[in-house]
Amino acid sequence: MQLTVNIVVLAAIYALIACGYVLIYRVSRVLNLAHGELMMLGAYMLLATASLFAGNPWMAVAAALLLSLVVGILVYVLLMRKMTGEMVLAAVLATVALGILLRGLVVLIWSAQQQYPGQRLQLANPPIELLGGARISTYAAILVVTTAAVYAALFIFMRFGRWGVRMRAAGQSPLLAAQRGINLHAIYALAWSLSTLTGSIAGMLIALDSGLTGTMVIIGLKAFPAALVGGLDSLVGALAGALIVAGAEVLLIHYVDPLLSDVVPFLVLIAMLIVRPWGLFGTREELDRV
Amino acid sequence: MAARPPPRASGYFRTGYAQDLALVQTRLEALSLGLFVAALLAFPLVATAFQLDLACQVFLAAIGSLSLMLLTGHAGQISLGHAGLLAAGAFTAGILFREVNAPFWVTLPAAALVGALLGIVFGLPSLRLRGLYLAVSTLALHFVVIYLGGEYETKRGFSTGIVIDPPRLGGFVLQDARAWYFVLLAAAAATLLLCLNLLRGRTGRAWQAIRAHETVAEALGIGIAGYKLLAFVISSAITAVAGALFAYYRGFVSVEAFSLFLTIQYVAMIIIGGMGSLLGALLGAVFVTLFPYWIESALLMLPGAQRYAGEVFAVNYAAFGLVMILFLIFEPLGLVGIWRRIQSYFLLWPFRRRAAGLRK
Repeated sequence: MQLTVNIVVLAAIYALIACGYVLIYRVSRVLNLAHGELMMLGAYMLLATASLFAGNPWMAVAAALLLSLVVGILVYVLLMRKMTGEMVLAAVLATVALGILLRGLVVLIWSAQQQYPGQRLQLANPPIELLGGARISTYAAILVVTTAAVYAALFIFMRFGRWGVRMRAAGQSPLLAAQRGINLHAIYALAWSLSTLTGSIAGMLIALDSGLTGTMVIIGLKAFPAALVGGLDSLVGALAGALIVAGAEVLLIHYVDPLLSDVVPFLVLIAMLIVRPWGLFGTREELDRV
Repeated sequence: MAARPPPRASGYFRTGYAQDLALVQTRLEALSLGLFVAALLAFPLVATAFQLDLACQVFLAAIGSLSLMLLTGHAGQISLGHAGLLAAGAFTAGILFREVNAPFWVTLPAAALVGALLGIVFGLPSLRLRGLYLAVSTLALHFVVIYLGGEYETKRGFSTGIVIDPPRLGGFVLQDARAWYFVLLAAAAATLLLCLNLLRGRTGRAWQAIRAHETVAEALGIGIAGYKLLAFVISSAITAVAGALFAYYRGFVSVEAFSLFLTIQYVAMIIIGGMGSLLGALLGAVFVTLFPYWIESALLMLPGAQRYAGEVFAVNYAAFGLVMILFLIFEPLGLVGIWRRIQSYFLLWPFRRRAAGLRK
């Protein structure tokens, strides 16, 4: 029972992070390797707003979320906009460089010590008993619920929202979308800000649950296989991929070797790349394009 | 882009294939090459121990960046698994030394062999995957190699790392910094010559064709699969040897030294140096290796230097990321691009216009 709960929580974490990869890839075909760092930045911004609005946790969270939206837009406007039309490698490397820059800045501003934003907000984190004697911490439960809510909102937004339809159009064919009067820069900026927002939500909840250090980046990177296993341009795929990766990771850690934790997602990734590189739900075309 | 840059001297025209293939083409080139080699050979006589160590690090980095340039800059195969390959070489040397007490003339070829085998493993996805997906698969393999290394360390009880004795041949022990300088210089020079020779022959031309357009290359009769794998095998073998040399030089192997950041540093070397140019790989290796030391000395010059002492590494990270971004945005051709601009300025002086052939 506890194993199932662990799998669900880990899958929720991976899914919440993976949708950030998917959003950006689907809309602009850029792989954002700085997603883990952006997520960490979101968590640190909660730390900053926590000391600003010490008595008011809701204000702090709202302010941090707003900040993360702004960061996403800034990343696009200041950096990624200059990378449009460059080689794939150049755009990916720009995100890698951004990640290193953010890592350095975060340590410079907030130091490398472990921090607990939950304590600063004076929020408790009592474990909840579930059926069958399994336990789940409050924030982990909130995280699972949030993931479900975020995915529901994204589905509705992408399917019915005016901007969601525009995003899908831009992802399918930027040229035609631009010809129909869709402002590509606005769309890309929106994708980056949404992706940073969801990543930051994940980062904040993880930080509230288990503290905050620079090692959070690794969680962000480990969520990437989830996105790819499901198919880099499919939100449903990200959910499925997160379940598969989290299941494999929790089970292998439990039954084989705890040291495997950092490598399991990537083993799943390699297996997937060999069998079906475009993922479970992804579209195949761009792999075959010459 | 042309396999070889056009000659950079007025009044010099190639009139035969031998001239086209020659490594040193004009008297000025021969003279400057001679001066450069003499300077390299004389450097240990005047350098301090710290400068010697820096030079050795640059040579090691140069071997790694040359092999990555071969793969990414010339064959066009993106790899994010470079640190994994370096680790594989270092661990081959370390494990062979620890387990069977093998001398360096066994461990270095063994590292090359392991590197070549891993090159096939790293290269196999490239037969199906392109661009981004290939980069991701090599990234995944990096984590697998690092995991295996860490597993060995913990299972055998070397949880802090493997200690390696300096290589010895007969009565001679390679320990002196000057001796290391010449050994590593020779290794880097040999790597450079190997790369130059590969690139001016059939293999290099095949790689360039694959990089430019795979389908066209195939139509020209180039065996895509074979040449792609060959690129991975050669590059990985060189990288693994560099890793083994690194292990001997440091006298110590540990997975911590081979983080993802190391891969990023090597990729940064070929980006900052200039994609598709061996000179770029060398310039990038120098720049990236010395960069943290520049930052550190710049920080020490600021007022209140002691306050920053604990945060030097964070400043390094931030500055390194920033420099990489600046190069990607403003100088995609890298240091080589700047170098070529300076060259063409002096070649064309007093005219400002660029010659048609000097576009790159």
